[in-house]
Amino acid sequence: MTEHNDTDGVRLTPEQAKSRRARNIAIGLAVGLLVVIFYAVTIVKLGPGILHRPM
Amino acid sequence: MSLVTGHEVDDLRISVAGPKDFFALLKPSVMSLVILTALAGMMIEPVPVHPLIGFVSLLAISVGAGASGALNMWYDADIDAVMGRTASRPVPSGRVTAQEALAFGLILSTISVLTLGLVANWLAAALLAFTIFFYAVVYTMWLKRWTPQNIVIGGAAGALPPIVACAAVTGSVSLASLVLFAIIFVWTPPHFWALAIGKVSDYGRAGIPMMPNVKGEKHTRFEMLLYTMVLAPLGVVPALLGQASFVYGVIAAVSGAGMLWLAVDVWRAPDPAVMAKACKKLFGYSILYLFLLFGVIVIENTVSLLLRVLA
Repeated sequence: MTEHNDTDGVRLTPEQAKSRRARNIAIGLAVGLLVVIFYAVTIVKLGPGILHRPM
Repeated sequence: MSLVTGHEVDDLRISVAGPKDFFALLKPSVMSLVILTALAGMMIEPVPVHPLIGFVSLLAISVGAGASGALNMWYDADIDAVMGRTASRPVPSGRVTAQEALAFGLILSTISVLTLGLVANWLAAALLAFTIFFYAVVYTMWLKRWTPQNIVIGGAAGALPPIVACAAVTGSVSLASLVLFAIIFVWTPPHFWALAIGKVSDYGRAGIPMMPNVKGEKHTRFEMLLYTMVLAPLGVVPALLGQASFVYGVIAAVSGAGMLWLAVDVWRAPDPAVMAKACKKLFGYSILYLFLLFGVIVIENTVSLLLRVLA
């Protein structure tokens, strides 16, 4: 197995790491919002029918 | 010998773009107008809609409009870079790479169209997809660099949101939403040319055939007046059709007369300094005018909705 040391690969500058973290948080929030939206819309569209399902 | 070209270096660069830069790609100021005009389109037909469905539809339309803005900034980065007004946009300033802008625009376009289709209906989704296509491909890639009628025909993309929103709520395209489309469509040329007339050297440097560059500022001022002469009475039509109140009609007539007054000022301006001042005034007023017309439609429909709920 190859051993990795600190000099392997690309090392992000603090600015790059900070902006990547900010982008990841924004993407996470956007995906979370989409999940909430689709959950809520599903409930609204099914309406009272949500309780009437074949057993 | 260098192993990578300048373009490849741009590809390999590690992004330092923050969420704020991506938000700027959506053209937030244009988006705010889209939100208002779409909301008016949603409310102009007396069809009840679940608030959540209405809200999500509005969100999808706004994001779709923003996505077309991102695609526009991806394609136009070369000309944005040489124009004072647009040089600080995220792509030409180097904060966001062209590839990031393209990916962002395509992903948001897809998500917004699919969301509108699933939440509202597929007619609205198809109209939203057409709006994005019209702005990003027909206007940005084709008309903008080809004809002085670019913003006239391209204005259709900016005018479509009320139709998309109306379709999202009613499942069809109504006459009232077509009137709202016509108002924004006719409003666009005097609004945009009032800005372009002062940027002749910018557009010339970028090689964009704007009307003042091609036909001269005198001809442009005349066309601005003609469009405003159509716009002022057109603004009143929603009241004549019974889709807006008498109060709206009065406000539209008075503010339309104001717009016409300023367009006449631009047309009659005796020298470049007076003209520049008059154009600046018309540009600012035109934004207020459109916000006012659509704002009144939204407010009076909200009030009548609240009265119905309380009754």
